Amino acid sequence: MKFRTLKRHLREGIKNIFRNGWMTVASVGAVTMTLVLVGSFLALMLNLNHMAEKIEDDVVVKALIDTTADDSQIKVLGDEIEQIAEVDSVVFSSKDEELDNLIEGLGDSWRLFEQENPLNHAYIIKATDPQNTSSIAQKVASLSNVDEVTYGEEVVQNLFKFNNYARNIGIVLILGLVLTAIFLISNTIKLTIMARSKEIGIMKLVGATNGFIRWPFFIEGMLLGILGSIIPIVGILVGYKFFENNIQQINTIGFVELLPYNPFAWQLSAILLATGALIGIWGTVMSVRKFLKV
Amino acid sequence: MILMKDIYKTYDNGVTALNGINVEIDQGEFVYVVGPSGAGKSTFIKLMYREVKPSKGKLIINNKDLTDLKEKEVPLLRRQIGVIFQDFKLLSRLTVYENIAFALEVINESPRNIRKRVMDVLELVGLKNKARFIPSELSGGEQQRVSIARAIVNHPKLVIADEPTGNLDPDTSWEIMKVFEEINARGTTIVMATHSKEIVNTIKRRVIAIEDGRIVRDQHRGDYGYEI
Repeated sequence: MKFRTLKRHLREGIKNIFRNGWMTVASVGAVTMTLVLVGSFLALMLNLNHMAEKIEDDVVVKALIDTTADDSQIKVLGDEIEQIAEVDSVVFSSKDEELDNLIEGLGDSWRLFEQENPLNHAYIIKATDPQNTSSIAQKVASLSNVDEVTYGEEVVQNLFKFNNYARNIGIVLILGLVLTAIFLISNTIKLTIMARSKEIGIMKLVGATNGFIRWPFFIEGMLLGILGSIIPIVGILVGYKFFENNIQQINTIGFVELLPYNPFAWQLSAILLATGALIGIWGTVMSVRKFLKV
Repeated sequence: MILMKDIYKTYDNGVTALNGINVEIDQGEFVYVVGPSGAGKSTFIKLMYREVKPSKGKLIINNKDLTDLKEKEVPLLRRQIGVIFQDFKLLSRLTVYENIAFALEVINESPRNIRKRVMDVLELVGLKNKARFIPSELSGGEQQRVSIARAIVNHPKLVIADEPTGNLDPDTSWEIMKVFEEINARGTTIVMATHSKEIVNTIKRRVIAIEDGRIVRDQHRGDYGYEI
């Protein structure tokens, strides 16, 4: 295709956007609504996911070592733990370090215990996959010289369950939304094209090839999709900033952590733009095909 | 120019529209196609720009055999033929200028040539001052002149018209016929289906009469031959 012809198709596509008036508004509206939903949902899902992963990463198994164990037994225990397949890393933490952590977390009043430290030495164990945490805990508990194993069993189990559910439901919902959107948009565009089926017939009689007729529609669809993604993108860019600024103030427990604005908000915008354009193109191409058999 | 040999056409619904047509039309001829409604006139006309495919027979248009024309080549055929319809078939949302320019955009003509040729042809049909109007702002006769302009802007060797004056009053019809005569005088072949007795009997040309899918009369400088 000559550049001149491409320019002509571009011009025609843009003109059609204006010529179709309310139909354009309807199509753009449909894209906008869908992308707002998909966008907010994606932002929510990805952030929940991010937080869950963060918490998962923080989950460690702590094996408290018998106070009676001597240095060599502690060393043997460390090696044994490392032998367990699912274990990623093992770090020894002396009872003094444990107390320091405690003081740091709970306040200076705990300094009282510095005179006579009641804590045990411990091994801090990280799993290769956080899902294996409980099985590691069981295996470690059965080793000798282990006094107690802690990892907040219930919390961790529930968290993993919730995460898996949330992920699956999220994927299903997003797929459903996008499919609904494509259906909506291809129908709206089909209406504008149906009104033009007579025109398409005339163009064919004058000697236009199918490609020549299809191109302006193709461009029009793409532009509709892109126009429809403007409001959702602005919404995401502004809204996410707002959210990010305000979340810090209510975030006292420290586990709510959003994905960083840059690049996340921009990536999400790019995804919305591409989705909008694709939906628009798909919608028009599907609808025009039917009318080209004149 | 045009050669039809034993052309038969039976539509999918079983209606037989053409029943063995044999005809030859030379370059530069002006031919009326007459006959009662439903006799096969329209099918005969539609064969020539491949709106309809013959069921049987040999069909040559512009020295091209349409018998085994591929779907992809149909647009190329139509670019070499100007077609004019009773209902004008203009693109309603485009201006007069854009309607005519469309036929040239389709063949990748440069914008400069498009402008020149569209203005030339608008001058020929006398609508230069209406270039920016849209079809619904024009009278029927003016719209038909636009469609003629679109048909001839490519300088086709063959112009096909299906009852071009069917929707027009007598005065306007004569104006349209003047345009056709002028186009014909430049050497363009014209095949025109018509119901207008006055036109056929006044501007005497070759007349082909079709009845029941057959050519029943083929006369040079013939009459309309039917009572209305």
